[in-house]
Amino acid sequence: MILVAFVTILMVGGIFAWIIANWNKDLARWISVAALSIDFILGISIWWQNPTIESSTWLLQFTAKWVPSLGISFSLAIDGLSLLMLLLTFFLGIFGVLISWNEIQDRVGFFHFNLLWVLAGITGVFLTMDLFLFYFFWEVMLIPMYFLIGIWGHENRRYAAYKFFIFTQASGLLMLLAILGLYFVHGRATGTFTFNYFDLLNTQMSAGVERWLMLGFLAAFVVKLPVVPFHTWLPDAHSQASTAGSLILAGLLLKTGAYGLIRFVLPLFPSASAEIAPWAMLFGVIGILYGASLAFSQTDLKRLVAYTSVSHMGFVIFGVFAFNEIAMQGVVMQMITHGISTGALFVLAGSIYERIHTRDITSMGGFWTKAPFMSVVGLIFVLASLGLPGLGNFVAEFLTLIGSWQANPVLTIFATLGVVAATAYSLRIMQKVFLGNFTTDKTIPDLSFREKIIMIPLVISIIWLGLFPQPVMNVVKKVISIQFVTEKVSTTENSNGDK
Amino acid sequence: MEISNINIIDVLPGMFLVTASLLAMLSIAIKRNHKLIFGLTSISLMGVFVYLLVYASNHRFTVEPLFIIDGFGTFITGLIVMSALAISLLSYAYFEQREERKEEYYILLLLATLGSAMLVISKHFVSLFLGLEILSISLYSMVSYLRKRPRSDEAGLKYLILAAFSSAFMLFGMALVYAVSGSMNFAGIAEYLNNTGSLSVTMLAGFGLMIVGIGFKLGVVPFHMWTPDVYEGAPAPVTAFIATVSKGGIVVLLVRFFDQINGFSYPVVVLSFTVIAIASMLIGNILAIQQKNVKRILAYSSIAHMGYILVAFLAGGALGKEAVSFYLVAYFLTNIGAFGVVSILSDQDRDAEQIEDYQGLFWRHPKIATVFTAMLLSLAGIPLTAGFVGKFYLVASGVNTQLWLLVLMLALGSVIGLFYYIKIIATMFDKAAGSDVISLRPRLYLINLITLFVLSILMIFYGVYPQGLIERIQDFLK
Repeated sequence: MILVAFVTILMVGGIFAWIIANWNKDLARWISVAALSIDFILGISIWWQNPTIESSTWLLQFTAKWVPSLGISFSLAIDGLSLLMLLLTFFLGIFGVLISWNEIQDRVGFFHFNLLWVLAGITGVFLTMDLFLFYFFWEVMLIPMYFLIGIWGHENRRYAAYKFFIFTQASGLLMLLAILGLYFVHGRATGTFTFNYFDLLNTQMSAGVERWLMLGFLAAFVVKLPVVPFHTWLPDAHSQASTAGSLILAGLLLKTGAYGLIRFVLPLFPSASAEIAPWAMLFGVIGILYGASLAFSQTDLKRLVAYTSVSHMGFVIFGVFAFNEIAMQGVVMQMITHGISTGALFVLAGSIYERIHTRDITSMGGFWTKAPFMSVVGLIFVLASLGLPGLGNFVAEFLTLIGSWQANPVLTIFATLGVVAATAYSLRIMQKVFLGNFTTDKTIPDLSFREKIIMIPLVISIIWLGLFPQPVMNVVKKVISIQFVTEKVSTTENSNGDK
Repeated sequence: MEISNINIIDVLPGMFLVTASLLAMLSIAIKRNHKLIFGLTSISLMGVFVYLLVYASNHRFTVEPLFIIDGFGTFITGLIVMSALAISLLSYAYFEQREERKEEYYILLLLATLGSAMLVISKHFVSLFLGLEILSISLYSMVSYLRKRPRSDEAGLKYLILAAFSSAFMLFGMALVYAVSGSMNFAGIAEYLNNTGSLSVTMLAGFGLMIVGIGFKLGVVPFHMWTPDVYEGAPAPVTAFIATVSKGGIVVLLVRFFDQINGFSYPVVVLSFTVIAIASMLIGNILAIQQKNVKRILAYSSIAHMGYILVAFLAGGALGKEAVSFYLVAYFLTNIGAFGVVSILSDQDRDAEQIEDYQGLFWRHPKIATVFTAMLLSLAGIPLTAGFVGKFYLVASGVNTQLWLLVLMLALGSVIGLFYYIKIIATMFDKAAGSDVISLRPRLYLINLITLFVLSILMIFYGVYPQGLIERIQDFLK
């Protein structure tokens, strides 16, 4: 029941916030914070009860009938990976509300409704064990996000929202086709027509069918992740969205793509994924380098950070298709640390925008003396983004690279170059924004109390993840090792085939 | 043929509708009263529905040689009647605001409903053609009902000429089929085809001409030219009627006829429907993008939706029939809702059809805008709406019989469709300059708001919990 509560609390909270904002805007904000906090505490309590997750992979499960005549059930389950992603969702969600406290003054109720419903969709995606329900939640994320970008975004918001919507919807429909294909393939083979994830896991199918179905799923996830060349929606959406929108896009929405790869593509289609792995890794490397080089040449601060996301998400697909445990652990770490560090950078960009009303980094500079607290926080996250040891992102990228070295040394060398490139674009942020001469005539007050409340937990968690990553590893270890029971076989086959 | 065999209670729905229209006519002769006629219409439609619910839902019978009253027919008749009821509820406020004589409209509405309900249960060329003509002839006058409007004559005339032409095509096709097979009964034609095993040239020509006729009525590409103009020119409730009731009846007829003669075994026929379906999905959606008139957008979107339905029709089988039934329910609800919004926002002078009329609607009439948004999202097939489950059903039936090309085209069409649905939604949320200048001043009637509210609740309910409806459909189709 607690799993259903995760989703329903957010949905109900969203509706309440919408209604109540007619009378009291602040109360609507508090309701949103409360809903997310309750969910966060529930998540923490699950972790508390299962500190290392040794007993079984699935901590909790919930199944109810929904449309039995089509084999659709309302089936939720949580394991270590889902739990971590949920905690990240609620953690960043709370900051999403806090950061919009002053920024959003227009249609407050509807804003919080959309915010909570996006988060409810994301929560559902991380929990669901029924492919129909998965598609359902996948789409539930979409509409509120469209409004978040399209109503409260910056000057070019309509275009950005449009592009985001069409890209994700088109790729989602391909996934729907693949889901239905899998449904009928499984139904024909076994006689039971079901969308249940566990039943579909070991579906027997020919290599050709498997390849096509996998490509359908892959389409949705590589667009969401995004993998170059399907990334063009991302810079627009990220730079045009309001701060909370960017935070959720970068911190959470992209992770649903990564999660989909780990949860669905690899287990459902083991041999087809092994087949495509070298290509996927190649595209990962292209993404890493391409994203980094474009990030270096941006002048719009939010757009710059958006391109660093493209680069960092390259590591995710790169590591996922390296097919080994270490790389996979790196990927999971990357999902979390990137969520925190990039989210924080967007929050910073938002705070700067609130102060000087521009995102152009050529008109920034010299903030270090005026706003020391903000600058130190900025420094920490810029260093996290470039992969400085001691901060979470380093652990993630290091593990990914070690793991993928075993799979493909040549590509790994190129991927490592991406880390060097990250240094270049990250330091450029530092230099242009915080160092140099103070040029703007606007006053730059330092971070307010509210902003500090947002930044300090983010700083603590990124350092904590850098110094003590083990608890996080423990949580996902079991999930990941189980994943490779099936895949080990196919990888060995594949590597033999290469030689 | 013995008329006396027919149990009077079996053909009651038709009787009911005919009587109601006659009564309406008589009452007009005595005294014109909009409320009275409206009440009469609603009650008779309601009566038919109750009859279907109580009596017909577990009676299966045929009225030889014209009608077959099976589960499928009964279900869709119920749907048609309820849609007609919803449309008449919307019409009341719409016509109340306009000065012209409004009472005759309800007679036409009842007769058109009767025609469509006949189509759904007919199993003979004669009943088919009679149903079709009752439907079309009522529609000619309904389309141009507000004759003082500039576009009304154009739309009416266009519909008259093209529909008459298509009827002629249809009739000629039927004649050819009859000439070859010697039967006008669907079963008789099927028997003839079974015995011969292949299509002779004359038979093929007959089918071809019938496809042209049916294509016109459905408004599928390449027979779609009339759709946008007629949708634009007709009063909004009539547009809703054309989009739903009149097309739904023909879809069901098509399914029934095809099922009976086992049309799937003739590659030529299947191929032509495949081409029509793909062309409708793509061309309908692409042309809709460029429109600036909401009624025209919905017209093109309905062309595309007819293409989607043809996918399930071509998939055939039990799942195909289920998909068609479910999709029709979703499509009816959504389209009546969407045109309901258009009609509720219209004022005396013109319909709310320009996209500028919707600028910033969300901030002026939040409730109506929310309903419209929900309807458009349902048309686009976004989850939590009936349109999503319907589209899901269509795709499922297509994938089931491995019509990959059609299914991919359906997906592609849906993506293109998003452009214009989202465009309208974005406009409603856009509070740009000029949105304070309200060009339309509609009077809002409670009855309209309630109807729209009920429609959206149903639409969302079937989207979230489709199980009930699916079971009901499966029950009826058994």
